[in-house]
Amino acid sequence: MTPLLIRSILLVFVASIIGSFGAVYLKKGSAMLNGSLLSFLNSYLILGVALYLGSSVLYALGVKGGDLSVLYPMVSLGYVWTLLWARLFFKEAFTQQKIAGLALILLGVFFVGLGSS
Amino acid sequence: MSTTATAPVIEADPAARRRSILLVFACTLVGAAAQLLIKVGMNHFEPRVWAIVTNLPLIGGYVCLGINTVMLVLALRDGELSMLYPIIAFTYVWVTLLSYGLLHEKPNVYKNVGIATIVVGVAILGRGGRK
Repeated sequence: MTPLLIRSILLVFVASIIGSFGAVYLKKGSAMLNGSLLSFLNSYLILGVALYLGSSVLYALGVKGGDLSVLYPMVSLGYVWTLLWARLFFKEAFTQQKIAGLALILLGVFFVGLGSS
Repeated sequence: MSTTATAPVIEADPAARRRSILLVFACTLVGAAAQLLIKVGMNHFEPRVWAIVTNLPLIGGYVCLGINTVMLVLALRDGELSMLYPIIAFTYVWVTLLSYGLLHEKPNVYKNVGIATIVVGVAILGRGGRK
């Protein structure tokens, strides 16, 4: 593990957490839509988009210095966080299909990363 | 029983649920287009204002990203975050296929196994949550 790789992994890890909160705020903001275009400018959606942008900047900095086979699957860690937050904040159930589907997606992203490095 | 009109309808309406899955799915196509356009745009990126505002692939990519976000928000309004959000991984499938076709990247076994696994994962996820 070179210091550059550790830096990349940390950046992508933090990006995945920030991005997952972006998704939470997009979901919260979506409940405030009322059919008018202006309702897209609500504080939750603005925060959600800002978190997404922040996350993509960290992600771009992270993937510059590392192996995609390690970093790609770490990006999809964001899906795992999102599953947790959805349960915590929106009382969405963990179901077998969600967990099995997510596990396969993580595995698939891992392979795509292996093929991209 | 709550009577507030603002409460999101989750899983109550199968048509809304299907619509939100289709929206996220369409979202992954727009997102893949965004990634490829940004990649092409960055290939001839120059740090000058005029070069950036006339870099059509780059601008097109960011427009796609904006459309992508609006579609995601509309989908999330009517569906479960935990079911819809991981479907975005389907973007990897499109990006891989499009880079084979358009950017002439060489296919390899890992990528092919990976995208096949993602397709199965998304299919299982899309069937989940149905009650």
